[in-house]
Amino acid sequence: MDIKSMKNYLYWLYCQFELITCSYLMEPWEKLLFYTFNITMLVMVLYMAYIFVPVHITMAFQFFLHLFGNQHENTVSIVK
Amino acid sequence: ISNGLYKRPFNEAFEETPMLVAVLTYVGYGVLTLFGYLRDFMRQWKIEKCQNATEREEQKDFVPLYQDFENFYNRNLYMRIRDSWNRPICSVPGAKVDMMERVSHDYNWTFTYTGRVIKDIINMGSYNYLGFAQKAGTCQQAAAKVLSQYGAGVCSTRQEMGNLDKHEELEKLVARFLGVESAMAYGMGFATNSMNIPALVGKGCLILSDELNHASLVLGARLSGATIRIFKHNNMQSLEKLLKDAIVHGQPRTRRPWKKILILVEGIYSMEGSIVRLPEVIALKKKYKSYLYLDEAHSIGALGPSGRGVVEYFGLSPEDVDVMMGTFTKSFGAAGGYIGGKKELIDYLRTYSHSAVYATSLSPPVVEQIITSMKCIMGEDGTNVGKARVQQLAENTRYFRRRLKEMGFIIYGNEDSPVVPLMLYMPAKIGAFGREMLKRNIGVVVVGFPATPIIESRARFCLSAAHTKEMLDTALKEINEVGDLLQLKYSRHRLVPLLDRPFDETTYEETED
Repeated sequence: MDIKSMKNYLYWLYCQFELITCSYLMEPWEKLLFYTFNITMLVMVLYMAYIFVPVHITMAFQFFLHLFGNQHENTVSIVK
Repeated sequence: ISNGLYKRPFNEAFEETPMLVAVLTYVGYGVLTLFGYLRDFMRQWKIEKCQNATEREEQKDFVPLYQDFENFYNRNLYMRIRDSWNRPICSVPGAKVDMMERVSHDYNWTFTYTGRVIKDIINMGSYNYLGFAQKAGTCQQAAAKVLSQYGAGVCSTRQEMGNLDKHEELEKLVARFLGVESAMAYGMGFATNSMNIPALVGKGCLILSDELNHASLVLGARLSGATIRIFKHNNMQSLEKLLKDAIVHGQPRTRRPWKKILILVEGIYSMEGSIVRLPEVIALKKKYKSYLYLDEAHSIGALGPSGRGVVEYFGLSPEDVDVMMGTFTKSFGAAGGYIGGKKELIDYLRTYSHSAVYATSLSPPVVEQIITSMKCIMGEDGTNVGKARVQQLAENTRYFRRRLKEMGFIIYGNEDSPVVPLMLYMPAKIGAFGREMLKRNIGVVVVGFPATPIIESRARFCLSAAHTKEMLDTALKEINEVGDLLQLKYSRHRLVPLLDRPFDETTYEETED
């Protein structure tokens, strides 16, 4: 039962997406083009996030530690 | 100025567009515009077959005809949702109507009829306020009798051989109904406005017209050649400022006083559902000595305790309005328009109006329909059917509007107007709403860009005295379902539902979530 209501909810969410971006009105090949473009963009953004965000977070963490601490971690070694 | 003039509360609301909804609407239009450019590119380079109107090969080097925004919108946005308009009906447009089913195999460029007729669709789109669009009953029988007596055609203009005794009878009746000295009837409501305003004003006169006036009033004002100034919709401060400027500064170059100042307003504005602030307009008109032209196309028969229009609704005297114009199309189930006023005015119009000189006069069965329905409303046919209908319409209006507001939709306009606009905003929802309601056997009218501002598209319900409470409940249930399906409940004010208060209570408790 939960799976069915979950599926219905996801289908309803998909319908809302279609209505807001007006892909409800598009012909099938236009929909294909639009979704391909969107999914490509989304995948690229997620991949960039996966590669760069951990590095940025560790660097920021060390910067703030250096700013507020200034202790024995002067010679900090960067983990590759 | 407004406190002592209104004898009853004036509840009008236009809730503001929520910011997120506005942004998402622009996103939707942006996506459709990009795809519109793509399709235009493909049509230009012959990748796709061009099915809309284009110039001929020989004219390609001339000034382009179809490059402006209207045509772009037409072929890229309107075509995608075109199946919600121009639907052919095949029965009398009463409370329920039959519609011919049609499908399109090439995305709304062409339609074919399947041959099936969809029966008993609840009709929320016809201007049938008092339910006189009937195929049986006293009006129909009287019209059939007159048809067998006079025939259908008049074959002449009013001034030549087209003045029947039926027309004289009708005009006396209309004058009595409105409470004016004299009236004149014309064959077409649009032509009444556009052909008579040029006869009343000319160059050297000033027309102050409301922002959202109907195309017929705008056309008549432009044809007259007078100077036109626009005031904000129903905004009395804006109107007073324009009047003051007109009196103080006079005509633009010569500073002479204006020959006439005419204020053009409508009783009910059909796209907003708002009612004109008539007491204030009349007070201003008297203070600045100008004239008032009131177009009661939607409000005659629909407002007021005995259906005599917006003048009676506010409890004012019809002598204060100089020109009372209205149509027979909406509440009387016929066609045509009238103008009522002082005897000198109407006698002048009989001679100088373009419509009287050049247009064919009203057809006799139509005149009889108007006469019978008007007598019914006034109660002169011996029954109280008319009064019951007027009261039923008022009850339906209050009930429908209250229920829709409780459900959480954004509804524009005055509490008492039988025209109910429900805001949709996003372009895909315009098409989706029309189609989903038709699937559930309810016919609605959805309105989009040229008639409304581009992000404020809406669905417009026209209530009728012929709708029973069961029909309204069915319609409300379906609208609720479609509203949940399409996420249309944008309103941020939550009304506490009234349990059993009587219908003339107009105070609500508002809680903001």
